[in-house]
Amino acid sequence: MHAPLLRGLRRSVAVVAVGAATACAPAPAPESGPAPAAADTAHQHHAPASAQAADSVSADVRFLQHMIPHHAQALAMTALVPSRTTRTDVRMIAERITVSQRDEIATMQRWLEARGAAVPPVDTADAVRAAARHAGMAGMLTPDQLNQLAAARGPEFDRLFLTYMIQHHRGAVTMVAELLSAGGAQEPQLFGIASEVESDQLMEIARMERILATMPSASPDR
Amino acid sequence: MKLEMMQRCTLTWSLSLVVGLGAASADAAAQARDTTPDPRVGLRAGWTDAGTAIENLRLVAHVDRPERFVNPADMGDFGVANSDLAFRGNLVFQGNFNGFQIWDVSTPSTPKLRTSFVCPGGQGDLSVHGNLLFMSVEETRGRLDCGTQGVPDSVSTDRFRGVRIFDISNLDAPRQVAAVQSCRGSHTHTLVTDPKDKENVYVYISGTSIARSPRELTGCSRGGPEDTTSSYFRIEVVKVPLAAPQDARIVSMPRIFADTAGNIAGLWMGGPHGPGTQQTSVTNQCHDITVYPELGLAAGACSGNGILLDISDVVNPKRIDEVIDPNFAYWHSATFNNDGSTVLYTDEWGGGVAARCRATDRPEWGANAIFSLTGRTLRHESYYKLPAPQTAQENCVAHNGSLIPVPGRDIMAQAWYQGGVSVFDFTNPDRPFEIAYFDRGPMSDKLVLGGFWSAYWYDGHIYGSEIGRGLDVFALTPSEFLTANEIAAAKLAKMEVSNPQLQQRFTWPAAFVVARAYVDGLAREDALRGKWAADVRAALDRAERARGAVRRTALTQLATRLEKDAVGSPASARVAALAKTVRELARGR
Repeated sequence: MHAPLLRGLRRSVAVVAVGAATACAPAPAPESGPAPAAADTAHQHHAPASAQAADSVSADVRFLQHMIPHHAQALAMTALVPSRTTRTDVRMIAERITVSQRDEIATMQRWLEARGAAVPPVDTADAVRAAARHAGMAGMLTPDQLNQLAAARGPEFDRLFLTYMIQHHRGAVTMVAELLSAGGAQEPQLFGIASEVESDQLMEIARMERILATMPSASPDR
Repeated sequence: MKLEMMQRCTLTWSLSLVVGLGAASADAAAQARDTTPDPRVGLRAGWTDAGTAIENLRLVAHVDRPERFVNPADMGDFGVANSDLAFRGNLVFQGNFNGFQIWDVSTPSTPKLRTSFVCPGGQGDLSVHGNLLFMSVEETRGRLDCGTQGVPDSVSTDRFRGVRIFDISNLDAPRQVAAVQSCRGSHTHTLVTDPKDKENVYVYISGTSIARSPRELTGCSRGGPEDTTSSYFRIEVVKVPLAAPQDARIVSMPRIFADTAGNIAGLWMGGPHGPGTQQTSVTNQCHDITVYPELGLAAGACSGNGILLDISDVVNPKRIDEVIDPNFAYWHSATFNNDGSTVLYTDEWGGGVAARCRATDRPEWGANAIFSLTGRTLRHESYYKLPAPQTAQENCVAHNGSLIPVPGRDIMAQAWYQGGVSVFDFTNPDRPFEIAYFDRGPMSDKLVLGGFWSAYWYDGHIYGSEIGRGLDVFALTPSEFLTANEIAAAKLAKMEVSNPQLQQRFTWPAAFVVARAYVDGLAREDALRGKWAADVRAALDRAERARGAVRRTALTQLATRLEKDAVGSPASARVAALAKTVRELARGR
């Protein structure tokens, strides 16, 4: 086993989400109460019920509740690609990002569900409003940036897409670093999720930087 | 071996007709194989009472996970998942994300728990050498003192990620004598012995997760391909002085993915190979590095590439070949055949937690890719994937396995997570086929982590580490694909120790059953050899009934004849090996 994530799944988000959300559920979650308590209940046989451990689980829950809308924005961005680019390499990296982010969203939803924590919606329909709502997250595109991207076509779109997706991905890497700084990722599956998010984003950043390097630094009309 | 494929297909056909489930179409046998229900399809779900299907194996023993290694509230809890196995004498060492268990298998039908040791940190993969037990730790919860409370501080001297070394001379009280910290921790590792160096053993660390802060471990860096100090794009080599294991330390960090220009990220950079191909991970890590010290070679399954290493200088492995595969998502493990002419790589598509053996999944994705190794060059020959479709509730993909030492043949037992255990032949690397299997139904009606992590032959039995269910022990049973002689001969290849990713050459004593095993294999290979095989068998029978000089003369004559037969035979090496066995029998060895 190299990472507790679903890689390369080519089903729709909806199918993945339904399948994944119900999987891995342990004992019934408490009807109410904070997520950390639910997690502690499920893991009490080998995890301490200490305040430190509860803090760690809170950090995990917060991380995922932020990472899901963060990933959802990446899906909203890749959805723009097919109608706006002619470049195969841009299409392929977008496809790669779509697949990996969908898989990671499914696993993150499953982790939260299994612990009775709130699962944020994957809002790709109104991405601009979602961008405004989550403006404080590292790397998130602003509503203006999203609108600018949606309005661009051809080479200008390609350059903007890669630039913004690199910004977006670097934000996710920062979020992983913040999770570790906050004492999170003590839970084994969550540790695997964080590892996977980091390695996927780093790989995609490197790939996008190489594609960007083949393009003019700005469009000719600037 | 095409013949065997056909026989196999015919068998499944006739069975299906008997039970009235046969497809009506009489298309090609290969197609029939794809559409005929396999007994592994439709097994009842259950943690402890799942339905089972078994063919050409016997389940000799099953033991559940012991206390402290199971979460009754969550059967799929990653924190207490069983992982890999190592073997020494009559002991089986079973890793777990929460520590390890030691089983006494003096009587394989009744494994007895000898020791269980809590020491969390995952994956808990193990190797054993003498009285030293090596254990991989990658998670940030891992502690130097094996405590279960985790390490919530982002930077801490209590944290341990790397390879632990225990002294197990007292099995009742394993004692940690060294803990070698590494930047990415140790997802898994390879114990490496050096034929030229009896004073030390070595460990290749495979780190695959987040690199830690340089404030916690000096020199660690999360930098990318341009950062020459990056903790990615390398492996670590630990030197362990056997007389002073407490002095174990990292002695090199080879950049085995570098190109000739000195770029540390010289291999696959991740992504698809073109439209419609698999997405392959970036080569910034090795998962398994399988070493074969006697050959001075290692096969690395390194995320985005399969690579071949010259390890004649163990501390400074040199890459000598690399391959990509557009059907591979993540290069995970590697196995040489016994003579080093074939390398089998596995693809862990889905990371081992996803259902990747569904009827809709492509047979060349999440499979084994079999390469011939000529000189120092790898060439792709074929794929082998578990031939029975699994449900969407079963995590399933190619995983860990090992060779079964049948003389003259390349046979492997392999774990497929909830796809069960599959035993298959890849003697002809372009024509692998299944010999035996065991499968349980899903853990649950939902997808939860479970199934076989590894399935390894050790000294006469196949041991399976079941992630969520415990330990299983199997015996091979004779079939048209494997005779009683071949099974008996495999048991004669004595093993005193066995570790994952460390291959030792199998040898067989001079015994009549070994000679007969060669003959059985050759006879199966080619029906035209029927008379030849009958003659050789009769000669062996006569010699075995005789005594003293008469036996010696009969065997010497047979050996001489076989040596002649070997010349120009399409199976020259195998006939020569048979001749050698008979020659040794003649000498009374």
